Amino acid sequence: MQLTVWTYEGPPHMGAIRIAASMQGVHCVLHAPQGDSYADLLFTMIARSAKRPPVTYTSFQARDMGADTAELVRKTLRETVERFQPRALLVGEACTGELLQDQPAALAQGMGFDCPVVPLELPAFTRKEQWGASETFHQLVRTLLRGQSPRERDPVPEGRRPRANLLGATALGFRCRDDIAEVTKLLDSAGVDVNLSAPAGASPEDLLRIPEADFNICLYPEIAQSTCAWLERMFKQPWVKTVPIGVGATRDFLLEVGEVAGIDTSAAIAAGRTRLPWFSRSVDSTYLTGKRVFIFGDASHVIAAARIATEELGFEVVGLGSYSREFARELRATAERYAVEALITDDYLEVESAVLELAPELVLGTQMERHIAKRAGIPCAVISSPVHVQDFPARYAPQMGFEGANVIFDTWVHPLMMGLEEHLITMFREDEEFHDEAVASHLGSGKVSAASAETAARPAATAEPATSADGMGTETALVWEPDAERELKKIPFFVRGKARRNTERFAAEHGVARITVETLYDAKAHFGR
Amino acid sequence: MSGANDMPRGAEPATCGASIPVQREQGQRQVFCGLAGIVWLHRKIQDAFFLVVGSRTCAHLLQSAAGVMIFAEPRFGTAILGDRDLAGLADCNEELDRVVTELLARRPDIGTLFLVASCPSEVIKLDLDNAAARLAREQQGRVRVLAYSGSGLDTTFTQGEDTCLSALVPELPEAAAGSDALLVLGTLPDVVEDQFRRLFEALGIASLHFLPPRRGSELPPVGPGTRLLAAQPFVGGTAAALVDRGATLIEAPYPFGIEGTRAWLGAAAAAFGICAARVEEVTAPAAARAARGLERYRTQLAGKRISFLPDSQLEIPLARFLQRECGMELIEVGVPYLDRRMMSAELDWLPADVRLTEGQDLERQLDRLRADRPDLTVCGLGLANPLEAEGLTTKWSIELVFSPVHGFDQAADLAELFVRPLNRRSRLAF
Repeated sequence: MQLTVWTYEGPPHMGAIRIAASMQGVHCVLHAPQGDSYADLLFTMIARSAKRPPVTYTSFQARDMGADTAELVRKTLRETVERFQPRALLVGEACTGELLQDQPAALAQGMGFDCPVVPLELPAFTRKEQWGASETFHQLVRTLLRGQSPRERDPVPEGRRPRANLLGATALGFRCRDDIAEVTKLLDSAGVDVNLSAPAGASPEDLLRIPEADFNICLYPEIAQSTCAWLERMFKQPWVKTVPIGVGATRDFLLEVGEVAGIDTSAAIAAGRTRLPWFSRSVDSTYLTGKRVFIFGDASHVIAAARIATEELGFEVVGLGSYSREFARELRATAERYAVEALITDDYLEVESAVLELAPELVLGTQMERHIAKRAGIPCAVISSPVHVQDFPARYAPQMGFEGANVIFDTWVHPLMMGLEEHLITMFREDEEFHDEAVASHLGSGKVSAASAETAARPAATAEPATSADGMGTETALVWEPDAERELKKIPFFVRGKARRNTERFAAEHGVARITVETLYDAKAHFGR
Repeated sequence: MSGANDMPRGAEPATCGASIPVQREQGQRQVFCGLAGIVWLHRKIQDAFFLVVGSRTCAHLLQSAAGVMIFAEPRFGTAILGDRDLAGLADCNEELDRVVTELLARRPDIGTLFLVASCPSEVIKLDLDNAAARLAREQQGRVRVLAYSGSGLDTTFTQGEDTCLSALVPELPEAAAGSDALLVLGTLPDVVEDQFRRLFEALGIASLHFLPPRRGSELPPVGPGTRLLAAQPFVGGTAAALVDRGATLIEAPYPFGIEGTRAWLGAAAAAFGICAARVEEVTAPAAARAARGLERYRTQLAGKRISFLPDSQLEIPLARFLQRECGMELIEVGVPYLDRRMMSAELDWLPADVRLTEGQDLERQLDRLRADRPDLTVCGLGLANPLEAEGLTTKWSIELVFSPVHGFDQAADLAELFVRPLNRRSRLAF
């Protein structure tokens, strides 16, 4: 039993609905009690889908449980197939359905439907949404391709461009709609055609054409990795593993496409237009140097964000983590590169205490971290699902490819205060406009008090025993002299957390029990900015 | 606009309303389960915490129904059952104790803890009443621990408030003998509660309580002198439990619109022997103001056709208001379940030929809706955008549960909620 306030992922059947909702001609029947139909609103309200997700629930209630719930399943299946005439039928159960043990998938297989039936086993009490999506996609592809025999791969014939499948984009995924468009453009520039994208945009008939591609591109490993591995075994289709998020990763992606497809992609790499490198080198961006950033989200986006943050924007990664437990190994390897420890958790409270403890200057995360950052008064940009309605933008806003890099530069820099503005606030502490409690001037409304939030966040941070975890030892209670506390206030709020931490660390290391103004400046000299 | 003589009389309710035929539907449902009630209950009862004992689905539902994470520091959470909890109930109870102890240690501000049963906890027969009693003993009176069910197996949406309040009933102190008091039942926004308090005081009903109270520590007393007035139509179970404790239920329509509010206040006044003339005197200024406010919206709603899909249990009183006071034509009024006792006064006010449906068979209901093509459809969040995309104009029903819509001074606001989607549709060029 696990206490949860907010959850990063829904149950595994939510993943199955996402696969069905991504495709055409696929319908999902779930043995689930009334109430579980809430899942529809994530598609219709948050992603503003104009269509209901293609899912039918048995909606059993207490009074049905005295009777024959299996018959309710059969009736629902019969009516659903008759009404929607799907070309592939996914059949599974939500958590309570699983406890009833009516075996809806087996029932469906015995009903003689014309369309392929994909039985789903989604253990609701051990697995979660991403796993459910990955498993559903995998089972759907396996079921549909069952008739096709494994084959050897012929080299791409002369005069035909290599063809690739884009695998892993789903409904409710982060910026999938625009990533597909951007990656399609990118591949075209390298002389590669897209055979199909799946699950997003595909029909069951499209999935039958998967083996016609020369190779697969695993765009979202959380969803497509197991399918790509299976396709490689069955149809000898190699797959591209680099996720093209960020300038460096996009270039690496094109190199890998070149290797896998046996073509030269250097021209496409050279022609890639992106403003990120120049914007980042331009002197205005000096103020980005060494900004302390905390990153949390799904595995792929976190790994990509860490690379962009360090190599392409000159930030310092002070912490990273993910709720994608399935990719813990990859995350730990990434974390090691930045000399931090990966926080693998789906506990929002753990992430919150890590953020408060590390006091980063920028948080890159999900909707949850947006909340955490808001409470702590720290600027935040969203890089990964789960997201809210504002992260399904009307405009073209991919994360992948060269245009994705432009989008990322704007999105991450926007929440921060501009360079000169930082200096104004540092110089004029009591100016009407550039005072301590002011928000970045381009961020509009009101006196959102990052400064007062900093003080609000402090008691929470110290109340948690988190500080002892990094060996600083909470047992030696440090006392700030009033003078020192006042001097600290003169440091702009966006670096004040760091100054406080550094000073306390310096004091602890040097056996100073009372922090004076002198200690503050000693620490500053010791650590630098 | 109708006068006080339209007021339904408590003596003759059941017959008239009972004549409306009810079409019962069974099939796929598009409604929340009772857990969704936590979204407003945790804001209303400020020192309460709601711990759902359920699955990841429950946790996901709660945050989705709450508009995905609006509240930074919610007073609700989910104890998510894992495989090991399913293996043995003994361990499951031990685990629950551990989670609760941790929670209470971290949140010393919790005065009342609700353990909320879910579909999975009910199917595995985890006895939360027992667990609540055990945990309350362990807390030695520091925290009140109660249990209720928000499971979709036996509650829909707003019914979760009914099961929650029912759990509070045994906790209410016994009212002193001979003390007459009015108890208003069902969550109201604070601002509306204050308005009603002023009106009841002006009528001369000084001893007045609300359930739920704003703080779990301020439970109202109940006893034979308690007159019970429901402000929401979905609290039938709680009303019955209060009647068992000696309270008398005042039969009245619900305080939506001028007519409903006047009848509701009038019924309460009558129960306290306050004469109709006094009611008229007290309510006349607010009712006149409301009539002025309502007039502009009435012209925009009159003659428009409206259908309600089953959702919050507010469908019947709202349909009544829109038909009688705003001149709308009712096409279909769907309710998740029909509680005749709680609806008797309202049913009297519905036109006898209204298509009233109970329960749901979603696809068939949508077929009817497409054939009817009403000017406005009231439905849940899962359906609103797809119906808009089909060219229907919709009003999401959850807003009607969250907004101040009761009473005289909100009558115009309530009408405006239905005008807005029509207004918007007429403004947009594409």
